[in-house]
Amino acid sequence: MTGPERYPDDHTDGFPSPPRTVEDAEGRTIELRVYDGSDAEREALQAMYEAFDPADRAQGIPPSRPSKLRGWLDRILDDDCFNVFAWDGDGVVGHVTLVPENGTESPYELAIFVLQSHQGAGIGTALIETTLGYGAEQGITQVWLTVERWNRAAVGLYEKIGFETTDAESFELEMAIRLDDQTESTG
Amino acid sequence: MKVLLGIGGSDDSIRALEQVIARTAEVGDDLTVAIVENPRSPRSREEIAERTREELDVAGVDAEIRQVEGDPGSELVDVAEREGFDEIALGGGQTSPMGKINVGSIAEFVLLNAHTSVKLVR
Repeated sequence: MTGPERYPDDHTDGFPSPPRTVEDAEGRTIELRVYDGSDAEREALQAMYEAFDPADRAQGIPPSRPSKLRGWLDRILDDDCFNVFAWDGDGVVGHVTLVPENGTESPYELAIFVLQSHQGAGIGTALIETTLGYGAEQGITQVWLTVERWNRAAVGLYEKIGFETTDAESFELEMAIRLDDQTESTG
Repeated sequence: MKVLLGIGGSDDSIRALEQVIARTAEVGDDLTVAIVENPRSPRSREEIAERTREELDVAGVDAEIRQVEGDPGSELVDVAEREGFDEIALGGGQTSPMGKINVGSIAEFVLLNAHTSVKLVR
């Protein structure tokens, strides 16, 4: 599957760029940083997913089986993808990934995961907005996602950020956002 | 067991075709392959029928191949009920670029409306 057949007409801009430091609703200091490509950061991300509650999986990801998890991380941490991690100290507690269908000119699929211990504290919103800011800087203009339609909290969050529903015909809602290409901005 | 396999030509439906035929060869089910409408299919109906014949030949399985017109979900449910099928088998969903499973509207309709068992093949 390849994402929406059409995107919203209106552009959304003004998203913040990483790196950022935010305080979450629990008073924790959370750093939002672009994945640096190192093995050490990848291992920190893998540790988050190994600690992930299976009940919070969405549409089969993250995979539980270690070999499948490694294969999935290979795919989403590839050079054509964009990844921003949320750090609480030395641990990764949240992750947004942007994965293209077919090369960097194609639309990007977004997914977010926040560790159970850090959910409901505003980290997800900050992380998605920051990743969209980063994507716009990199020239991405079309971002889409699917979300289980009974997950009203997530749908509400995406709508607040600016995503619009593009397909509501099956179990998963398809949503999309159009970004301003910041690389072409003349300022 | 009398099995109705519905395929529209998407990649997951081809995977279902292969697996259901392999299963049929193993256990001797009575299989009917229904080729249904799918405007987004990368394969034509004739290509799908040809592929189905090839898979059946290789596996040494005898099955009816039927072209089904109209809304795929409701037609499959209707055929299964009228003709006394025990199970409807379908592709188990498309996979997004990052690996998310997406169950389509045909599978959803069949799951919610069929009085038979439904198998989604992954």
